[in-house]
Amino acid sequence: MDEKKTNHETGFSSDALKNPQRVVFITRKTSAKVKADVPPQVMTYPHLLLRESIAFYVLVIALVLVALLWDAPLEQLANPLVTPNPAKAPWYFLGLQELLHYFPPFVAGILIPTLVVIALIVIPYFNVNVEGEPIWARNGARRFRIFLVVLAGLALFLSVFRAWTVLVPTILIGALLVYSYFAAPGRGHFPDYLRSRAVYWWVMTWFIFVAVVLTVVGTFFRGPGWSWVWPWRGYGG
Amino acid sequence: MATTFQEALARLRETHVWKSIFRRGPARTNRTRSLAVFGNLFLHFLPVKVREKTLRVRATYYLGSISFLLFAILAITGVLLMFYYHPAVPQAYRDMKDLRFVVSNGVFLRNLHRLAAQLMVAAVFAHMFHVFYRGGYKPPHEFNWVVGVVLLLVTLFLSYTGYLLPWDQLAFWAITVGSNIISAMPFFGKYVRFQLLGGNVVGENALLRFYVLHCVVLPLIAVFFVAIHFWRVQKDGGLTVRNQDGRKEN
Repeated sequence: MDEKKTNHETGFSSDALKNPQRVVFITRKTSAKVKADVPPQVMTYPHLLLRESIAFYVLVIALVLVALLWDAPLEQLANPLVTPNPAKAPWYFLGLQELLHYFPPFVAGILIPTLVVIALIVIPYFNVNVEGEPIWARNGARRFRIFLVVLAGLALFLSVFRAWTVLVPTILIGALLVYSYFAAPGRGHFPDYLRSRAVYWWVMTWFIFVAVVLTVVGTFFRGPGWSWVWPWRGYGG
Repeated sequence: MATTFQEALARLRETHVWKSIFRRGPARTNRTRSLAVFGNLFLHFLPVKVREKTLRVRATYYLGSISFLLFAILAITGVLLMFYYHPAVPQAYRDMKDLRFVVSNGVFLRNLHRLAAQLMVAAVFAHMFHVFYRGGYKPPHEFNWVVGVVLLLVTLFLSYTGYLLPWDQLAFWAITVGSNIISAMPFFGKYVRFQLLGGNVVGENALLRFYVLHCVVLPLIAVFFVAIHFWRVQKDGGLTVRNQDGRKEN
C-alpha cells in the first residue's frame, strides 16, 4: 500500500475497475446499455507481447540445439538417368502418394486434394449443428442405422480398391463410434467424452487419423516398388 | 545493478530522442500502453486489449505465433543462404557442398532453414486442426479461416519449391514425382506442368522457376495473406475462447 513508487516502475495492473480511466455521464432517460458479461481483459502491451517474446526465445533455442546436432540430408548430384526406388515426395505429400498406389492418378492426385481443399474452405459457411449437439443425442437409433450403411459402403468401396491403409483407420474410427453408441453413460471419462462429440468432430477426427496413418505408412513402411517394408528391417524412410 | 540498469532505461525513455522515435514516453499508463500497440506500425494490427483467457497456453498452444515465428526465421536464414546459392545446374549442388565444407557455419545455416521449414508445415497443420476443434472458424471468423486455408496452401507450396533447390537426387525425384501428379489433371494438366517446370522434364528451367517462386513470389504472397490474417483477428473481435462443446465462453 505504502510502497514508494519509483519513477521507472510501470506496474502491471490494467484492471479498468481498479484504475478508472474514463468518466461517463448518464443523463435521465438515456441510460447507456451496459454489457453485463464483459470478460476480464488485459493490455496487449505488455501481457501478450511478453508471452510471445518468451515463446520466440524458447523456439529459437530449441531450433538452434537441434540444428547443431542433426544435419539436413544431402544425397548425390541429381541424375535423371538413375531413378531411386522408391522415389518419394516430401513427407507431407506421402499420404497422397500412398493414395496414388491404390487409386488412378486423377482420383488420388487431383480429385481428392481438390475436394479436401474445397471442404476446408466451406467449413465455416456450413452452419450445420453450430451448437455442437452430440451425435446420438436425437434420433439415436435412426442415425446409428445411417452410420452403419455409410460405414459399410465406405468399407466395401475401399476393399474393392484394396486400399487397406485407408480401410484400417476407417474401421478403427467406426469401431469407436459403435462403442460410443453402446457404452452405458457414466461408466468412465473416455466413453462419456466420445458420446458428447458432434458429427463434425467425428468427421474431422476420421480425416486426420486417416491422413496421419497414410503419411506414416508412406514415410516409413514403403520400400522398392512401393511394397510394404518394416522400418526396423533397414529399408524405407 | 539491476536497479541502475532499469533507472538508466527509464531515463532513456524520457529523452527527446526516444520520444521522437517511439512517439511516446514510457508505457506506464493504459493510454500509453495502447499507444505502444496502435502507434507502432509493426504492432498496430494487434488488438490493444486481449481477453485474459485467450492468453492461457491451452487456448492456442501459441501455434499461430509459432508458425509466424518460424516464417520469420525462414526469411532470415533464407536470405543468408541466398548469398551462397546459384540457381543453376550443377552449380546449385556445388553450393550445397560449399555450404558444408567451405562456408563458416554453412551446415548450421542450412540445417536451421531446413528444420524450420519442416516444422512450419507441421505447425501450420497443427494450428489449423486446433482452430477447428476449438470452433475458431465460427462466425464472425469465417473469412479468416478461408485466409488460413490459403496460407496452408502457400506454406505447402513454399516448402515444395524449396525442396528442389539443393539439386540432389532427393530433390530431383521428389519434384519429378510431384509434378507428374499435376499432369493427371484433366484437359490442362500437361500445360500446367509445362508452365511450372519451364519444360517437359525437371531441368535447369524448373530450378530457376522454383527459385524465383521460392525466394520472391511465394514469400510476398505469404506476407500479404499473413497481414490480412492478423488484421482480421483483431477486426473480428479477437480470439474466441470456447468450451469443449464449441460454445462461446466469456
